[in-house]
Amino acid sequence: MNATGLTIAVPRGALMGGTLDLLDRLGVDTAEVRANDRKLLFEEAGIVTVRPSDVPTYVEHGAADIGVTGKDVLLESPEREVYELLDLGYGRCDMVVARRSGDDAIGESLRRLGRARIATKYTRIAGAHFAATGRQVELVAVKGAVELAPLTGMVDGIVDLTATGRTLAENGLEVVESIVTCTARLIANPVAHKLKAAEIDAVVGALREVAR
Amino acid sequence: MIHQIPAGTRDVLPDEMRELRAIEGRLRAAFADAGYGEVWTPTVEYEDVLAAGGGGGPAAFRMFDDQGQVLALRADMTVPIARVVATRFAGSDGPLRLCYSAHAYRAVGQRTGQQREFLQTGIELIGLAGAAGEAEVVALAVEALGAAGLARHRVGVGDGGLYRRLLAALEVPDDSHGELLACLTRRDLVALELRVEALGLAADARDLLVELPQLRGGPEVLDRGVGPAGDALDRLRELHGELEARGIADRAIFDLGLVRDLGYYTGAVFELYDPAVGFALGGGGRYDELIGRFGSPRPACGIALDVQRVHIAQTAEEQQR
Repeated sequence: MNATGLTIAVPRGALMGGTLDLLDRLGVDTAEVRANDRKLLFEEAGIVTVRPSDVPTYVEHGAADIGVTGKDVLLESPEREVYELLDLGYGRCDMVVARRSGDDAIGESLRRLGRARIATKYTRIAGAHFAATGRQVELVAVKGAVELAPLTGMVDGIVDLTATGRTLAENGLEVVESIVTCTARLIANPVAHKLKAAEIDAVVGALREVAR
Repeated sequence: MIHQIPAGTRDVLPDEMRELRAIEGRLRAAFADAGYGEVWTPTVEYEDVLAAGGGGGPAAFRMFDDQGQVLALRADMTVPIARVVATRFAGSDGPLRLCYSAHAYRAVGQRTGQQREFLQTGIELIGLAGAAGEAEVVALAVEALGAAGLARHRVGVGDGGLYRRLLAALEVPDDSHGELLACLTRRDLVALELRVEALGLAADARDLLVELPQLRGGPEVLDRGVGPAGDALDRLRELHGELEARGIADRAIFDLGLVRDLGYYTGAVFELYDPAVGFALGGGGRYDELIGRFGSPRPACGIALDVQRVHIAQTAEEQQR
């Protein structure tokens, strides 16, 4: 067990560096995690490393007491029973609607065909956004390289997460709407939140200090 | 060819069934020994009768009978028992102690692991108002879980109406109550804080609304001044005294942010935990207005335990020993 007395689910990928930096400041020894890219379970440090989209799953089932994941993941899995305790501020990205630069394929399809085709990895966020804005869309679920979908003519536009917009621009896409800004969030298992209240409050208190 | 069963239902085979029945038997014996008489109610009832109890929204499963009447599967046992008390025990006064062990039915989300059909074993204590009644059901649930083989279980104790009353007392505009309570129910404390900030309240009112869901722990939690909602804390302090007298105060976690999603709770609410598993084993609370919806009002409170979850916790505790 680590200095916090908690098992922590750390997201692999873009949020991992920022999360490990925060844990260092809490006094957790993350050296082994940093040195070992393939290992997943670090019992000594009280850390498990999982895909960001799996963090709520591990935390909900109590395999980890707390975890860090993106707000986009939480919005995409609202049925997960976890506490969302803190906006950690880093990993800032925008969930956007984008289309091929220069033509209005989404508007044109809506006008002439009554619905637009939208490719995304985030079908719940995209579905809710178009429903809330009164537009009918057909969602095409894809797993990756979403930018390709409108270039091939398969869809009129995409909903995707972007930090700088560079990948979109390099593929000849432009952002037309911003849906929500997503940052890293600290989440907790509902039972751990009660039974390990002091440990969790200590982490929240310390992170509030450093996240500001 | 594999013939499927509906998601959220399951077949139970002999090895598991033996253990489930053993646990259920120990829970029922603990309740019977404490003077709780077992009742049985129909699995299907008229939809409008169940709906009169309010609670968890519309029934998840409905059907028509041969007369064209709409029947529904019960979503819990508390509403049917409230109906039984108001109709079969209409003339009785003095405390009434009832227990049950029966299946109830709820809608499930898309994720796996949630049960549409689940076995609940529980108690209802009718006619004993206030902390005395609450302490009796909490103590009995804790004892029953011990008899079922758990050693490290705890009980969360809060007040289901605390946040709602606080919003009214702090003169938060009515139209924002729903949103704030929804944040609390889905445990999104980040959104809750943002929305409270946006209300532009005085600093102490804002801090209270933000901090309250985080206030949980021993009886010292009850010393936090909660201004206009202080009477709820007085009642929880009284409950703490009763639990101390019964020697189980150290099992209680006072949790001012505890909310239960059933709509009929009017005061104290409970949730049972075991450190070996990441989900609650059951819960309950005080529902002083529910029986009145079926007849003359009587104060009441109860707790239901999910037998399958207790079983999972018991095996997990066993493995950790």
